[in-house]
Amino acid sequence: MSSVAEKEQYNYDIVKFCVIVGILMGVVGTAIGTWIASELAFPIMNFDIAEISFGRLRPVHTNTVIFGFGGFLLYGAGLYMVQHCTHARVRLEKLAWTAIALWLVAMLCVWATLPLGITQAKEYHEAEWWIDLIMAASWVCFTISFLATIAARKMSHIYVGLWFFISMLFMVTYIFVFNGLCIPVDMTFSYSAYSGIHDAMTQWWWGHNAVGFFLTAGFIGVMYYFVPKHANRPIYSYRLSVLHFWSLTFLYVWVGAHHLHYTATPDWTLSLGAGMSIALIFPSWGGMINGMMTMSGAWDKLRTDPVMRFMVVALAFYGMSTFEGPLMGTKSVNALSHYTDWTIGHVHSGALGWNAMIAIGAMYHMITRMWNTEMWSAKLVNMHFWVHLTGAVLYITAMWGSGVLQGLMWRAFDEYGNLVYTFADSVAAMHPFYALRATGGFLVFCGFCIMLYNTLKTISAVKAGTNVTLTAEARA
Amino acid sequence: MSEYKKGGGMIRGIPHDTIEQSLPILAVFVAILVAVGGIVEIVPSYYLDDAEPAVEGVRPYTPLELEGYAIYRREGCFLCHSQMIRPFRDEKERYGHFSLAAESGFDHNYQWGSKRTGPDLARLGGKYTDAWHIQHMRAPRSVVPESVMPNYLWLEENKLDTSKTKRRMEVLAMMNVPYSPDDIANWEVDLKAQAAVDDGEGEDALRTRYERKVWAMGEKQDEDVTTWTDSFEPTPINVRAFDGDASDVTELDALIAYLQMLGKSVHFEEGVDYYHDKFGQPYRK
Ligand code: HEC
Ligand code: HEM
Repeated sequence: MSSVAEKEQYNYDIVKFCVIVGILMGVVGTAIGTWIASELAFPIMNFDIAEISFGRLRPVHTNTVIFGFGGFLLYGAGLYMVQHCTHARVRLEKLAWTAIALWLVAMLCVWATLPLGITQAKEYHEAEWWIDLIMAASWVCFTISFLATIAARKMSHIYVGLWFFISMLFMVTYIFVFNGLCIPVDMTFSYSAYSGIHDAMTQWWWGHNAVGFFLTAGFIGVMYYFVPKHANRPIYSYRLSVLHFWSLTFLYVWVGAHHLHYTATPDWTLSLGAGMSIALIFPSWGGMINGMMTMSGAWDKLRTDPVMRFMVVALAFYGMSTFEGPLMGTKSVNALSHYTDWTIGHVHSGALGWNAMIAIGAMYHMITRMWNTEMWSAKLVNMHFWVHLTGAVLYITAMWGSGVLQGLMWRAFDEYGNLVYTFADSVAAMHPFYALRATGGFLVFCGFCIMLYNTLKTISAVKAGTNVTLTAEARA
Repeated sequence: MSEYKKGGGMIRGIPHDTIEQSLPILAVFVAILVAVGGIVEIVPSYYLDDAEPAVEGVRPYTPLELEGYAIYRREGCFLCHSQMIRPFRDEKERYGHFSLAAESGFDHNYQWGSKRTGPDLARLGGKYTDAWHIQHMRAPRSVVPESVMPNYLWLEENKLDTSKTKRRMEVLAMMNVPYSPDDIANWEVDLKAQAAVDDGEGEDALRTRYERKVWAMGEKQDEDVTTWTDSFEPTPINVRAFDGDASDVTELDALIAYLQMLGKSVHFEEGVDYYHDKFGQPYRK
């Protein structure tokens, strides 16, 4: 298909905008992440400034990477693939643009309010009620435009990647609305509609399914389009995708309770959550295997194509963190891991390994296709891969080390039945790990900077006409 | 594109082809399926009373403590500190009796936290003196050299902003937290009384209003209901200049007032089994 025809057929402007903002969010989010990591390693980094003290800055980091980076990737890749999978131009384009503008406005509001301590104090749902409304409006606009595009598809079947998007769009709406219910005191403060155990359960119903649908179902949808497309192979198994789609959609919803093991939450809920967490490995690995096996016959691409490498390593990390998750979801392992850095290690094998790498892979893929060009520097893409991977591995191993050490130190008794370590001992023991983690984070940040630089160079080369256009084969 | 294989038609008797070809069918199936888990797990806890048994001694925050709670939230203390002690031997040694559901029953939202960069604070009340807290909030490393907690210098400098206190209580009263109209009308008197900036005038009224206040399960009450057994002696409310300076009310006053009451409400008796996590169990035998 010639690029002119494609330009008319698809709206790429909107996707280009999302991809560039997404990369910027990646740079900012990982910069703040590196900063707060340094605060834990070297508390002087708090500089006695209220607005950047750890407790206020951490949510700025989580919101920027999840809703900023992750959000713009999902909007961008979603709009890209829905057009390609339906062969239809995005419907209700103004609405889609509105969604994106509102999301950006919401992010700016998040940056303006959280450092001032204006927060709902719900993890990953910190933004105050009126920012929630902006985000909700954006989400609804996106959903309508997305579904309208599917409805306008030029073929009978709806592609599996889009099913995952649909499940994300619905579930995130539910959990966002119910967890966000509150009574405002004013623009800067609101009380949750729930208290105590009810609030805890609602919060982790949200928390886990934000992971399960925003960071998993949505990203699996992305994987289902970009991995086969980039490898130029059909998806390995149709049946597996059907099976793992429905089981993932059903099972994920149940497991939030594993965030509350041994707390005052009703025991039966926790046991149910633990059981379902173990079961969740099957649908998760279903997706991982389906993605990996799609590579059969194209494994040689790993040697030559760093973008392919991003995607495959992402799948490997996905497999690993969904193996670790069920393990941590059992009560006995959770007794050790809960409250420790192990959780943080697990999160980041999901976030840096799986989410970021599949996102980066998809972004490079989209950039080359949309601007019809090779990247300005293939070497820099390769370098990005290695810097990112090294950073992620440093981060994750540091947190495993500190998490397990912390857990063991807290529960160590001497032969007289006294606790061996004070809490402060365990804090001191964390220092080298925290320093290592900050180093890992810094590498990931450097990776994003490389990506931003390479992308800007690529675009200006296209503008100047000095770029290398894609071969017909690559564009196929 | 590497064209996705055409649908397999029937899968184990399920006409999946039909589902895949119809956006409405697919969407409705998904919309229903994702709702199940949450409904089954969360809704029952509202109908089975024993999920949250009332416990003697648990009372809502006084106006000053309520402001302290808001500062705790604002500063993101919960991102480094948990307030949920689990029933393990080491946690009992380190922090005290495991937390009961009722103890966070008035927290909209809950402050259990998910990460212990610092220790659990669920039973912090009375562990240290106010002077210790003042110094610790100012410069944690001057008290505990290993600490990685930020210095909170601004808390003792900032005057407490009480413009929202009344509205806070009104909002909570809407959600079944037993603040009576009388409590709400007297918010300012009570707040000043607790911070001891009123020469002790309001102290008795504050104590009568809050010390025996309990949760009226389910119904909203206009009056305080004292259903605690008569023999139960509630924990006295702390009344003093928490930041060491009785001339004004600072943010540090409010925060320390909050910290010093954490976990003090329930009186745990030796030899009594407390349950915290099972439906259908009384909170104590
Ligand atoms: C960066 C994480 C961090 C943040 C944010 C933080 N703390 Fe801490 N806190 C710690 C650490 C680590 C310790 C253990 C060392 C010490 O006592 O300073 C601690 C200890 C404490 C202690 C002593 C507990 C005990 O039992 O010895 C109190 C009280 C406390 N913090 C209150 C607060 C309050 C109130 C806030 C919010 C204004 C807060 N902390 C914010 C990390 C943090
Ligand atoms: C089979 C899949 C998974 C299961 C069963 C699972 C399970 C768990 C468990 C048990 C915890 C620790 C809760 C605690 O002790 O506090 C946790 C935390 C977390 N996980 Fe997963 N996980 C899975 C996959 C993932 C993936 C793919 C990601 C992607 C980023 C992810 C992100 C997170 C996050 C953000 C937290 C932190 C929650 C907090 O702040 O406490 N998880 N998960």
